[in-house]
Amino acid sequence: MMEGLSMIHYLIVSIVLFGISLYGVFTRRNAIALLLAIELIMLAVALNFTAATYFLGHAGGQIFAIFIITVSAAEAAVGLALVIAIYRRQKNVDLDQLTLLKG
Amino acid sequence: MIDHAWIIPVLPLAAAALVALLGRRASKIAGSITAGAVFFALIISLKLLTRLIVNPGVNQVTVPWVESAGKLALEAGMLIDPLSVLMLVLVTFISLMVQIYSLGYMAEDPDKPRYFSYISLFTFSMIGLVMANNLVMIYMFWELVGLSSYLLIGFWYQKPEAANAGKKAFIVTRFGDLGFLIAILLLGFLLNTFNVIEIGQAATAGKLSGGMATLLALLIFAGAAGKSAQFPLHVWLPDAMEGPTPVSALIHAATMVAAGVFFVARVYPVFQASETAMLVIAYVGGFTAIFSASIGCVQNDIKRILAFSTISQLGYMMMALGCGGYSAGLFHLMTHAAFKALLFLGAGSIIHAVHTNNIWEMGGLLRRMGITGTTMLVASLALAGVFPFSGFFSKDAILFAAFDAGRMDLLVIGLVTALLTSFYIFRMFFIVFAGQPSHGHRGHESPPNMTVPLIFLALLSIGLGFFHNSFSRFIAHAFGAVQETASHHNRLIPMFAFLAAVLGFGWAYIVYAQKAVSAALLERRFSFWHRLIGNKYYIDELYAFFVRYVLFALSEGLAWFDRHIIDGAVDGLAWLCRVGGEGMRRLQVGRLHAYLLAFFVGLIVMIVTLLIANDDVMAFLL
Repeated sequence: MMEGLSMIHYLIVSIVLFGISLYGVFTRRNAIALLLAIELIMLAVALNFTAATYFLGHAGGQIFAIFIITVSAAEAAVGLALVIAIYRRQKNVDLDQLTLLKG
Repeated sequence: MIDHAWIIPVLPLAAAALVALLGRRASKIAGSITAGAVFFALIISLKLLTRLIVNPGVNQVTVPWVESAGKLALEAGMLIDPLSVLMLVLVTFISLMVQIYSLGYMAEDPDKPRYFSYISLFTFSMIGLVMANNLVMIYMFWELVGLSSYLLIGFWYQKPEAANAGKKAFIVTRFGDLGFLIAILLLGFLLNTFNVIEIGQAATAGKLSGGMATLLALLIFAGAAGKSAQFPLHVWLPDAMEGPTPVSALIHAATMVAAGVFFVARVYPVFQASETAMLVIAYVGGFTAIFSASIGCVQNDIKRILAFSTISQLGYMMMALGCGGYSAGLFHLMTHAAFKALLFLGAGSIIHAVHTNNIWEMGGLLRRMGITGTTMLVASLALAGVFPFSGFFSKDAILFAAFDAGRMDLLVIGLVTALLTSFYIFRMFFIVFAGQPSHGHRGHESPPNMTVPLIFLALLSIGLGFFHNSFSRFIAHAFGAVQETASHHNRLIPMFAFLAAVLGFGWAYIVYAQKAVSAALLERRFSFWHRLIGNKYYIDELYAFFVRYVLFALSEGLAWFDRHIIDGAVDGLAWLCRVGGEGMRRLQVGRLHAYLLAFFVGLIVMIVTLLIANDDVMAFLL
């Protein structure tokens, strides 16, 4: 099985991981869980890029994966700040209670 | 002198404005101001007349008004010729008489300034109308005259009948005015001018095709028919009697209703270009004359008798014009103005004394109201066409016109109408002045400011007839005039006319003076006819029916259309916006996850769209 490993396998893993995380983004009520799911999405994408480096011979994939990690970190920080703001407001992190913008 | 003729209309206009501005403060002197203004206007008009008698001809003074390079321009101008100058003298004189009379008649009315202001406004409008040299100006003054009439008929506006009468007058004449306006616009468009003289010359030169000339003439006649109360637009005149009696004398006897006749004469060449139109005018006039005279025979309100008489006499004038009797129609206009104004003012004198319009509540007034009675007798004789009063000459001229035109049927109608005319006017005279006073009202003679105008008018009613030949010669120089045929030596027609007058007088005498035949008995015997004619042949009811069930039904339909479809469209748009907005609103759920989902779906759509647009990808997939 090892010798038959090609890009497609990594792609499938990446897609599956992406899909599961996407489901998580759409479904999680807890803000922190939402952030976790978002992180997972980024992970799936990073995995994709890294696989591309190996199979397409282009170093840009790994470099971009580093970018992703960086951005992910920054965005997690901002996201957590938001979570804290939400928590301060309503004493829990239930996103379904954020309905002030309801028309 | 002619250049300064514009001052004639300005005087009454200034007086009207002055009195209107002064308002209640001027109550005592309002009448004097306006009467003074019209007196000076009369003097100048007389001077103008003498000028023209010496030097008859057509004169114009114009000033450009609205410039338009090469296209139809508007001018402001005066046309001074025998016709206009005679009308000027007529209007100013009658207006003066009426205003002097009103000083007495309206003495106790609190609204004198408004009254005299309106009368002066009317005088201004009428003067402007007869002096104008182009159709646009004539139309302007035409409408102003109509407005003044409305204001004066509804002078006592607190009375609903008066207010309604004013409305009726304005609305009915409006129908005519529509035709009039269309004619003016067509003429301007076709002949590229509104100038009366140019239009007349073009018509004589045959520039208008037969059909177009007929159409134009008939449209113009519609306007004239409205103002001059010809059938079927006559219905406003009897109701107009709600106004003060001097107003009836001025407007609805002598001047405004004459405007229609005047205007037909003014643009006579257009009518002469169309045989059909002349026929129509003659027959409408003739019919109106006899129709209205018959109604006048059974009226019980003194002013209504005179109103129908006016309609009838106007019919005579139109009949004359339709038969080519230019001079005859206009001469009758002049004589009629004098004796009809006299009749109305006399009626006013009576009404002022006995406080009623109902002839049956009068009687035996001759003793106490000698001047009024005598002058009214003179006027009645003139109206009936008895020699040597003025009406005899003018009525004969009309009958001759019908005869010369070969219209024997109109001649007969004219004679029968003369008989009816004589009958109704002497019926009025006998019931009002002869016999015993009923209700003990003996009346009292009116003050001099009311009786002196009566005397002046009576003198005219007697004397004007002798100027017939001079009149014919003078008016022949007017623009559009028809040259009269040689004077008539036919004795038969005057004899028949006189016979008709005598028969009418005799019949009235027998029934109402001697009471040899009972009026009540006749009424019962011919009750169907009595009711029919007494109700004015139910024309008003016919119109009311038409208005309510046809016109208003149509209006309701259109109103429904406007409310539901047009407003519906506009409201519908608003509804669409609102519903759209509310629909949009439902997208704003406020929940984060919904937004995320939408975000994601949009992303998918974008990607798929881009992929489809990319040919390589499609080649690979398909």
